[in-house]
This record gives sequence, C-alpha cells and structure tokens, in this order.
Amino acid sequence: MSGPNFSNPVVRWIDHRLPVFTFMHHEMHEYPTPKNLNYWWNFGSLAGIVLVIMLLTGIILAMHYTPHVDFAFQSVERIMRDVNHGWLIRYIHANGASFFFIVVYIHIFRGLYYGSYKAPRELLWMLGVVILLLMMATAFMGYVLPWGQMSFWGATVITNLFSAIPGVGEWIVTLLWGGFSVDNPTLNRFFSLHYLLPFVIVGVVVLHIVALHRFGSNNPLGIDVRGKQDSIPFHPYYTVKDAFGLGVFLTIFAAVVFFMPNAMGHPDNYIPANPLVTPAHIVPEWYFLPFYAILRAVPDKLLGVLAMFAAIGVLFILPWLDRSPVRSATFRPLFKIFFWIFAANCVLLTYLGGKPAEGTYVILSRLATVYYFFHFLILLPGLSIFETPKPLPRSISQPVLGSGTAGASKENS
Amino acid sequence: MMGARGLLTVAAAALVSLGLMTTPVKAAGPAVEIPSQNWSFAGIFGTFDRGELQRGFQVYKEVCAGCHSLDYIAFRNLADLGFNELEIKAIAAEYEVQDGPNDEGEMFARPGLPADRFPAPFANDNAARASNGGALPPDLSLMVDARPNGANYLYALMTGYGDAPSGVTVAEGMSYNAYFPGHQIAMPAPIAADGVEYADGTAATVDQQARDVTAFLAWAAEPNLEERKRTGVMAVLFLLVMTGLLYASKRKIWADVH
Repeated sequence: MSGPNFSNPVVRWIDHRLPVFTFMHHEMHEYPTPKNLNYWWNFGSLAGIVLVIMLLTGIILAMHYTPHVDFAFQSVERIMRDVNHGWLIRYIHANGASFFFIVVYIHIFRGLYYGSYKAPRELLWMLGVVILLLMMATAFMGYVLPWGQMSFWGATVITNLFSAIPGVGEWIVTLLWGGFSVDNPTLNRFFSLHYLLPFVIVGVVVLHIVALHRFGSNNPLGIDVRGKQDSIPFHPYYTVKDAFGLGVFLTIFAAVVFFMPNAMGHPDNYIPANPLVTPAHIVPEWYFLPFYAILRAVPDKLLGVLAMFAAIGVLFILPWLDRSPVRSATFRPLFKIFFWIFAANCVLLTYLGGKPAEGTYVILSRLATVYYFFHFLILLPGLSIFETPKPLPRSISQPVLGSGTAGASKENS
Repeated sequence: MMGARGLLTVAAAALVSLGLMTTPVKAAGPAVEIPSQNWSFAGIFGTFDRGELQRGFQVYKEVCAGCHSLDYIAFRNLADLGFNELEIKAIAAEYEVQDGPNDEGEMFARPGLPADRFPAPFANDNAARASNGGALPPDLSLMVDARPNGANYLYALMTGYGDAPSGVTVAEGMSYNAYFPGHQIAMPAPIAADGVEYADGTAATVDQQARDVTAFLAWAAEPNLEERKRTGVMAVLFLLVMTGLLYASKRKIWADVH
C-alpha cells in the first residue's frame, strides 16, 4: 500500500492504525478530476455545504423551539426577538431551505444537460433522486413547525393527498396526523422527523459521493477520462474553484438573508395557525410549485397524486429512457433544443403552481404536465434512436489544448 | 457549450421563479393597486426615524390599543424607540398588570414593569368579539409582516376609508374601505384628524398619524431590522472582498492548466 508520506509523527502514528488521513488524501486531495469541468460542476459541493449550514442552524433553532400547538408560533417569535442573533439563525435556516433547492435544482439540470445519469453513473443519479425526495419531505415538515396559517393549511392539504390511495389511504393519513386532524401530535411527529431526516440525507449523500468517486465526475464533453493528461488533482484546483463559487453563492445568499429575508416566504405564515379560518389561497413553498401544478392539472384526485409522484419517479428510470450513448448535450443538437424547452416548461409549471386553479391556468397546467411526461417517456427514447450526434472529440485534453476545436471549454479562459 | 449565455438563461429562470413568490396572493374581489410610500426603513440602508416611532407609539397607545393587542412587545423593547430607562419605567407603570398567585393563592394587579409585555385590551378572543360586533381585532405585533406589501397596505388601509361608490351597499356595522379585500371592514375609520396631540408638536393629520403608526408597527414586527441591515452591509462587503481574493487565487492556481 503506497500511502502519502505525512511529516507529522502524530498523523503518521494514527494513520498507520486508522488510515483516515490516507483516505482523505486519496478522496479529497489527489482524487483525479477531469480538467475541463465548468462552473456548473460547482453546485454539487455547494449543495453539501448548504446541507451543513442547514444542520448547524437547525440544531441551534431546535434548542429554542417548542413543538406544541400552543407555543410553537410564540417560540419562533421569541427566537426572532429575544434569542441573541436568533433572527439571523432563523432567516438563514428559512432562506437556506429555498437556496438548498435552487442549488440542487441547478445541480439536477446540469446532470440532465450533460447526461451525467448515463452508464456507469446510474446509481449515483438514483441516489441523487432519493436525496431530492428526502429533501422535499424534510422541507415540507420544516415549514409546518412555525405553526402559522400556511404551515397548518399546507400540512392539511398535503397530508390529505394520501387519503386518495385506495384501501389504506385513510389509515395512512391518520398515522401521519396522529389523530383525526392536523393537531398537536402531527406537529410533534413532524418535528421529530424534521430533525431525523437531515441525518438520513447525510447518509445518502455519503453513498452519493462513494458512487461518484467510483468513476469520477462526468464532464462537459461527456467522454471518459483517457489518461493522466485529461485529469488534475482535486486539490488545489477544484478546492479553490469550489471556494470561489462558494463565495459567490454566500454573497447572494447573504444579500437575501439580510435585505429581503421574507421575500420567499408567505405573509400568511406570520398569522398563527387557525383551524377555523382558511386562507384565500393555499400555496406551497415555491420549490414545490411545479409538482403542485402537476397535481392540480389532473382532474382525478388519485391520478393527480400519482402524476405528482410519477414526476419524480420518472427520474429514477431516466438512465433507461435516454438510450443515446452520447452523454453531453454539446454533441446532441436536437437533445439540446429539447432540453431548453423542457427547462422552460418546468419554469412554466412553477409559475402555474402559484396561480389559482381556474380558467386558462388549468388548461396551461394540463398542457405543461403532458409535455413534462412527453419529454421523458416519448421524446428521450425517440431521440436516442433518431438523433445523429456530432462526432465526439478523441480525448478531453485534445479540445482543451487545441485551438478552437469544437466543444472547447470556453470558461476559465 | 453552455457558456455565459446558458448561465444567464438559467439565472434568469431562477430569478423568474423567485419573483413569483414575491407576487402577493390576491384576495377575493377586484385587485386594488396599493400605492407605495417612502419609508425611512426601506432599502438596504434603511433605519427607523425615532421621532416617527415615538409618535406612532403614541397613536398606538391612544387609538389602537383600545381594541388591538401587541402581544410580542414588552415595555423594555421601547428602548429601541429612544426612550430611556426612567421613561420606560414610567410608561410601564401607567398599565395595570395581573400577577400572581401570591402567598394566599390570589391573583393580584400591580403596576407594569419594563419586563412585562403590553397587556391585551380584552381577556380573550370571545370578549374581544363581544365588544366589537362579532369581529376580532387582530394582534398588531406582526401585522406588517403578515400582510402582503405590509407597510404600504396598512397605510393605505388607514387612509382608505370613504363613502361607498354608488351601487355598493355596505352591510350594517361595516365601513367601506378602498383597500381592504372585499372593501367591507368591521373596523370603523380608526384615525381622526387631531385625534391625538403629538408631544413634539407635529400636526396630527390623518396622513401623519397613519404614517407614524405604520412605522411603529413595522418596528414592532421586526425590532431587529436596523441591526439586520447594518450587519448585512458589512457581511456582503466582506463576502465581496473574500470572493474577489478567491477568484484571484483561482486564476493563479489554474494558470498552468490552460
């Protein structure tokens, strides 16, 4: 075993018995990484850092929060007013949830564009979809905790969806509620699960990284690393690049946290939960809106719920829907066009999810929903057969070093 | 390749989807444009005007407090308005606060202390409804955060009373308000010209009082607003410098790769 030579004798002593330093050296220092990654590859490590920010702020918030229907809203206001810098910690946590989704959605769209889900990275991709599902469950339950009007009514609407499942639906809803309506037992179990699930996410993230390090990152050209000339060590090249990206992210994040902390929240959630007063429009957080639009687009409740879950479920089988051997959209002229149409359709679904389900919005939601599934189920399998991809470069270093070769990475220049 | 143009496209898409969330959800009835006012606390360098807050507090105390509670504000918080310790003790002592039980097991009333929160005008929601024709006057602590476009809306609401347009009938005990969703509000016009006599001699017009009490409620909703913005300016400046240094480091380290 040829490990790195550590100069510190204590490190050497420990590493001989417990090779954590060798492990870190392999996976975080010399880890060979394609040299042509662009800035879209920053969002993976960024998501990991946001997860840590959420864990740290969440643990502190839990020290001051009271999960009881009579005190939850007050305890949040106490955090905002009387806990030292409590306002900052809560605003970081609340906006951090939104930013977590922004980062992860960009990360997912990067994977879609560059075909990062294709062999041999199918399991890496599927673990990512599991993380997305866990994030959604965690975010949903977290939004319930302040026990404002949107917390309560959002929880009521979303938990009620499960009642559409034939046979066991009512039983599941009663189990989620811990009773026969959204009440104190619901709040208690949501708090417990909201604290638990992030650590489950950490576990799946570890698996996600193990799977990533098996074959290394995909890259903008979507071709395999052919040798030493194609890759560079992770440290210092990508540590410094990720650190710069983190700086940009934190600047934007801080601007929102300090100057417009409530812009992504809903005013109704500053009204204490009241089971007797229903808000005029119950709107989920923005990151659920595309799925909410799909749910409401289907006239039948059960089919709507199924469509909503299928919208994420379809991502699980994506590696087998898109059979084209070419990964990167750079060399797939038709796929590239349809990728952007798909992205625009997702933005449209987000917009529609925030609008009342009436008139043109309903018709548009239906069209956008059909297109969403059409893209995955018809278009991608079809493109794999009919599309003629452009010729692939022979190696990563050739187009990077060559002048003006098609597909050369333009950033970093 | 997905270069700068692609980055811009996605950034724009992200902004569009974010922008959706700031769109206020419109209540039933025809949408009314809420006029924007100039607030000293708006913008990234915004601060509260102490004189305005003190006048607004006077309006709350003499006008609103008859029906509306202010549950999350303690007398000690009034230090933010520029009152000193003695003044705060004096203000607190004007109120009677229920305390107890004492050694005999009895509840008793005592003068308020700086640590006490503002006593609510009614013992409970039912008592509040009974005194207000069935309508519940909401707590005002978070009113500015709990309404879309909060400060502008509150100002518009308080100055938006008037006669109903022809063809609109207002129900018994209700008032017409141009900005309230549905236009029928149980609260009668709360502010009258010269309804208070300002200690600093400012003319107590309806507009002035509405403006002052809105500023006071904006403070009540978020007493840490000034600290937040001040910290934010420092944090963003620091991050910009740090990011600049990281970019320079990145360029230097990557120089041999290209």
